Amino acid sequence: MTFDTEFFNIGYLDSLSYKDTFIHNLDPRIKLIVSFIFVICVVSFPKYELSGLVPFFAYPVFLLAAGDIPARIIAKKIIYISPFAVFIGIFNPLLDTGVLISPFGVPVSGGWLSFFSILMKFVLTVSTALLLIASTSFPGLCEALEKLKFPRVFVIQLLFLYRYLFVLLEEALRMVRARQARSFGQRGKDIKTFVRLISVLLVRTVERAERIYQAMLSRGFRGEIRLVKRYSLRVPDVLFASSAILLFFIFRKYTIVTMLGGILEKVLG
Amino acid sequence: MSHHIVEFRDVKFRYPDGTSALNGISFRIIHGESVGLAGANGAGKTTLLMNLNGQLLPTGGVVSIGEVPLCGKTRQEIRKKVGLVFQRSDDQLFMPTVYEDVAFGPINLGLSQEMIDERVKDALETVGCLHLSQRPPHRLSEGQKTSVAIATVMAMNPDILVMDEPASNLDPKSRRKLINLLKGFRHTKIVASHDLDLILDVCERCIIIRDGRVVADGPTEEVLCNESILQENNLELPLSRQKR
Repeated sequence: MTFDTEFFNIGYLDSLSYKDTFIHNLDPRIKLIVSFIFVICVVSFPKYELSGLVPFFAYPVFLLAAGDIPARIIAKKIIYISPFAVFIGIFNPLLDTGVLISPFGVPVSGGWLSFFSILMKFVLTVSTALLLIASTSFPGLCEALEKLKFPRVFVIQLLFLYRYLFVLLEEALRMVRARQARSFGQRGKDIKTFVRLISVLLVRTVERAERIYQAMLSRGFRGEIRLVKRYSLRVPDVLFASSAILLFFIFRKYTIVTMLGGILEKVLG
Repeated sequence: MSHHIVEFRDVKFRYPDGTSALNGISFRIIHGESVGLAGANGAGKTTLLMNLNGQLLPTGGVVSIGEVPLCGKTRQEIRKKVGLVFQRSDDQLFMPTVYEDVAFGPINLGLSQEMIDERVKDALETVGCLHLSQRPPHRLSEGQKTSVAIATVMAMNPDILVMDEPASNLDPKSRRKLINLLKGFRHTKIVASHDLDLILDVCERCIIIRDGRVVADGPTEEVLCNESILQENNLELPLSRQKR
């Protein structure tokens, strides 16, 4: 994994967010709120719950399909950060050894159940968050935050971060390449040069910030940035939100899997 | 039309670290004139431009734009008249989308929503970038960025257009487009560049500065074909005037 590939990776997730699908065209506020309610529903399940979580996979799968987002890139990112979730739950099977259920005669301890429950909750919430970012342009997301009364300073900071992240990364990329071009694989003084690179990058950033500020001033900046309105609530937005929230509520309230099992038993029996 | 006159009277500028970048510059640019500014690296071109719209305030002498002397109090007003296009378009374009960037100036001028929309569309149309209006700036090519940077300034309807090295990152075709674009503007133009052919094409008058002083000021054809002046200033005959 080199700097170059990582750089283009970030750019890829960003370029996904400029597609033109049903999901992409939804009001970012709606997506933000629905995703938030989704996360609340998922994490509110008790710690041994497994079957109740299964129906919730419908939401990320729907986003994935309707948003035309390649599943591979999302899966890859989930795997990258999965160690965090794994380490949170890894000791559960050792600490909680009481047998809770024994399907087909195999005893399963509470520890294993809660471990898998944590993993499922992790996959559900993280994939939803990633899909939200992949299907919503960053300025759109910031607009949503602003409309939902997030502090303005915070939103503006995010917008600048988004604008200059790529510029800064490009700058770093050029410096890393320049170093590689003259270091011929030598590694001995790496840390020293690395520290210098970082400090030069910092100085350049400060200088750039100054120039940006001057550019803002010369266009009449007086301490306030007003944003342009891009989205407004439409019928599909409301439909999407109400049906999604209704489904989450049903999934949370009734254990769909058990009910389906019961129906199947009746039909077969 | 006295209100578009740019006048420098014995302007001096010294940076806080003691470097004196301008050592008494005087010239007068009348309405509608287009002036090229040339000189070696470090001659003071950029500092001069920064003194034009109050990014820096002269430490001596007087800069006046349309008979208004530039000082701390007047610089906000003067910035409305002087549109400055920065050398690096990444510094100029700081908003998340092209549309918002172009709208930034008009919004700060306090215009109504319809007026803003109209100004933005007009400006983007003039530079031929209307189709890019929803793109984020980091997804534009250098040429497109330069055009959009010009649009951001055009949208404020400045009386005087000031550009610092506008063509330095452009490929020949984009450069030619830029030259045609600049020729089409009826504003007062001040263009600082090492690209002498661009100055020859766009400007009828040329000022050469060295060590913060004006060393030549006259019709472009005359100044840029005077080999001794050019050589003293690390410049060369414009390519189109060189004999092969």
